[in-house]
Amino acid sequence: MKKQIPLIITFIAGMVMVLQFFIPHRPFSDLQQLFNSWFLIITVFAMILGLGNLFKVHTKRLQRRPKGWWYSIVLLAGFAIMFTVGMIWGPARGTPFDYLFWNVHLPMSSMMFALLAFFVASASYRAFRARTPEATLLLVSAILVMIGRVPLGNYIWDKLPLIGDWIMSYPNMAGQRAIMIGIALGIVSTSLRIILGIERTYLSGK
Amino acid sequence: MMEIIGIWMAALLTLCILSFLYKDNPFYKFAEHLFVGLSAAYWAVYYYFNILYPNLIQPLFGHGQLLLIIPLVLGIMMVMRLFPKVGWVSRWPLAFIVGSYSGYNLITYLQSNALEQVRATLVPFIQIESWKSLFTNPGVMTFLNAIAAPVVVVGVTTGVIYFFFSKEHKGVFGGFARIGVWFLMIAFGASFGYTVMARISLLIGRMYFMLHNWLHLI
Repeated sequence: MKKQIPLIITFIAGMVMVLQFFIPHRPFSDLQQLFNSWFLIITVFAMILGLGNLFKVHTKRLQRRPKGWWYSIVLLAGFAIMFTVGMIWGPARGTPFDYLFWNVHLPMSSMMFALLAFFVASASYRAFRARTPEATLLLVSAILVMIGRVPLGNYIWDKLPLIGDWIMSYPNMAGQRAIMIGIALGIVSTSLRIILGIERTYLSGK
Repeated sequence: MMEIIGIWMAALLTLCILSFLYKDNPFYKFAEHLFVGLSAAYWAVYYYFNILYPNLIQPLFGHGQLLLIIPLVLGIMMVMRLFPKVGWVSRWPLAFIVGSYSGYNLITYLQSNALEQVRATLVPFIQIESWKSLFTNPGVMTFLNAIAAPVVVVGVTTGVIYFFFSKEHKGVFGGFARIGVWFLMIAFGASFGYTVMARISLLIGRMYFMLHNWLHLI
């Protein structure tokens, strides 16, 4: 009951999704649409599960009061304000929810990513020490792409931006394509193993 | 007035996050926790209005589509994972999600990421027009354009050979795998450079906001 039924559900759900591609007619096309909408709904509940876990962790911190416990109040208050405002006025343009998104959420999210520019600079110092021919290739292609995308590159040599674009369009694309093919083959084999019940690790735990 | 308050909130929170460059400090931690809370609420509201309400609440309670009781029950079973004693029931909805996602990905990845990529790589090795323009107008770019097709074919083939681990990378096979590594390194370098430029442009955007919208210096 605890293992067999989930395996049967996985098999049926997986096979319907595969079969609807080869037989795009009723009942498989209808079943695919039905399963897609169910999938979306259950995914939202998975997010609710994540929220529940977040509350569990932070209410425990409030009870035990370890160092920096008051940051949990900030987190829960931030959630409560944004959630309440969103549920009352909705997420449309010009609502208080929209105001909080543009003036609080978006600046913090952009700055978090912008902060990575500084850490990338220190990471590049470590990555760009050309100790091997492979590291040299990495260094040269990164520098050509970066210089090709700033006015300085054009100032040094007007062909540098074109060379940067060429690297992005051909050798880079070839490498990315090889990685994509490798990933696709890996996903296909793993998906098959899951549908056929050979791969069961997702069922472990209580 | 609300616009000015908004700009001040955005600027102060930007400074709070920027302060992490000095070291981990209470201002950064405050902004970080606020960000996590707001993000969680943002996505909760987004999912409610864009997925849950139009796909479950309205059709089930408004139009009486009783079949939707099944995903509702499965969803509630998913949340049961929070309670250890009955947590095992979350395996059923998890099995549904894993199964349908596997089935969907099996086909889409095979089609778009494997077959289509192989098809796009199977191009004529020598592009006559590119070679003609190289001989009529010799130069760096005409040369690079002439060798573009062989570079893609060799790069993809040797890159895939590198990912084939069932045979030891020795001899001729090892040589091809090594060429594959070179292409992968160029790809990683180019992606790295591209990412750096994207992050820098984000930083410039934030700095422009601080100096233009907030301080009115530029």
